[in-house]
Amino acid sequence: MPIAKSLRAVGHRAVNVVWRIGFATRFLYLTLTHSGMSFRRFQLVVKELFASGVMSLIIIGVAGLFVGIVLGLQGYETLKRYGSESALGSLVALSLVRELGPVLAALLFASRAGSAMTAEIGLMKATEQIAAMEMMAVSPIARVIAPRFWAGILSMPLLAAIFSAMGVFGGYVVGVVLIGVDEGSFWSQMQATVDFQHDILNGVLKSFVFGVAVTVIALFEGFDAPPTAEGVSGATTRTVVQSSLAILLLDVILTAFMFRGA
Amino acid sequence: MSALVEIQDVNFSYDQRAILNGINMSFGKGKVIAVMGGSGCGKTTLLRLIGGALKPTRGSVKFDGRIIHEMNQRELYEARRKMGVLFQFGALFTDMSVFDNVAFQMREHTNLPEEIIHDLVMLKLHAVGLRGTHAQFPAELSGGMARRVALARTVALDPMLILYDEPFAGLDPISLSVVGQLIRKLNDALGATSVVVTHDVQESLKIVDYVYFIAEGVIVAEGTPDEIRASDKPFVHQFVHGEIDGPIPFQHAGARSYAQDLKVSA
Repeated sequence: MPIAKSLRAVGHRAVNVVWRIGFATRFLYLTLTHSGMSFRRFQLVVKELFASGVMSLIIIGVAGLFVGIVLGLQGYETLKRYGSESALGSLVALSLVRELGPVLAALLFASRAGSAMTAEIGLMKATEQIAAMEMMAVSPIARVIAPRFWAGILSMPLLAAIFSAMGVFGGYVVGVVLIGVDEGSFWSQMQATVDFQHDILNGVLKSFVFGVAVTVIALFEGFDAPPTAEGVSGATTRTVVQSSLAILLLDVILTAFMFRGA
Repeated sequence: MSALVEIQDVNFSYDQRAILNGINMSFGKGKVIAVMGGSGCGKTTLLRLIGGALKPTRGSVKFDGRIIHEMNQRELYEARRKMGVLFQFGALFTDMSVFDNVAFQMREHTNLPEEIIHDLVMLKLHAVGLRGTHAQFPAELSGGMARRVALARTVALDPMLILYDEPFAGLDPISLSVVGQLIRKLNDALGATSVVVTHDVQESLKIVDYVYFIAEGVIVAEGTPDEIRASDKPFVHQFVHGEIDGPIPFQHAGARSYAQDLKVSA
């Protein structure tokens, strides 16, 4: 019966997905309960902050600058039709702080740092380094996973902030320096319209949630990867695909909650 | 002399596939014991049972008088601090230097000041003849050197029991002898007990006190190296002399006959 067979295949996949979500949740729980060492020996987290945060700075900074330049150009074109070029500062800043900064920075973070985390942990597993640590009576969750988790969570909002700042600078260069929008109105409109709580804090909250999602997916995929070459490469791909989808889905949910309708 | 590790009637199956079947072994203090057998005979499973990474389906493994699979996580970690495991390819941490690899357990488990850790690491590296490599990274070492560094890391905290998983795999003849001699010397110097899981007959017979042969999950022969060399049991004879055919057949035939596989009538 081909129908029964395909139904069974769909069921099998669904059960598998639920199993994996369960495993990932337990993994997150274990990571949180084994985080003591990360705080007692904060230099472990600092080392990972360098690997995932500092090493992502260039791609985040450059991407932020380019996105800001494009926003400046496109925004000016549109705003000019309504004679409100002076609102360019608000448009650039609000788009970046509320939406593009957290989302794009998280997508870049997933492909730059998330994939690296998965590959590193997957290879540590394949070369028995994780098993060796376990046999030395050192918990790999506490020593390897938790510091990377906290480093990811700390870096994500900071990277999103840098992305937005570079974007605003890009918009300024295009709008004010090159096109000639009035500098005073560019900054004053921005100051008047960007609300600290509703725009900036909500953006920070978004990037924090994305940071948790990307880091948990990356670490879980690495830890769960079959210890073979195909296993690690498959896990790395899954990290990028799943994190990207998770970021976009979470963005929809968070934006719906943060939407004030006014 | 009392036994440090006692394996009593241990069975282990993996997804209903029996790997070990009624294994009884006893590893006396101060001894170097080899567990030999062909690839896939359950040797590594045995090591994982001793290390507490797996639970036996029946029977028990006792370490220092306590049953390992009945320990909770904290007690198991406590027991593992008294063990050292040398993995097949060393399993050195590739993001740390040789020095940091050897110092790893000292930093994790003790509060020793950094100067003392430095001296201890140098002592351990000197014991394996690689003091000069302390600043290098594992990727810069040859296979034999990496195995020796891993050995220094394994004995970093002077374990009571040292488990070796295929310590001779993939080594050139010189490195092989060096590692073999180190296993013996370190065991005697530390007063430890060593279990060497291997299929390298000639090298291990030179250094061990007692040998167990495992085939298809059961112990098929045991004895001192001299007894093993003189043994006329067909399995031991085939294994020690590397004969192609014998109790372990050359052909790994399936359920179908050769004629059926070739689709010709018999």
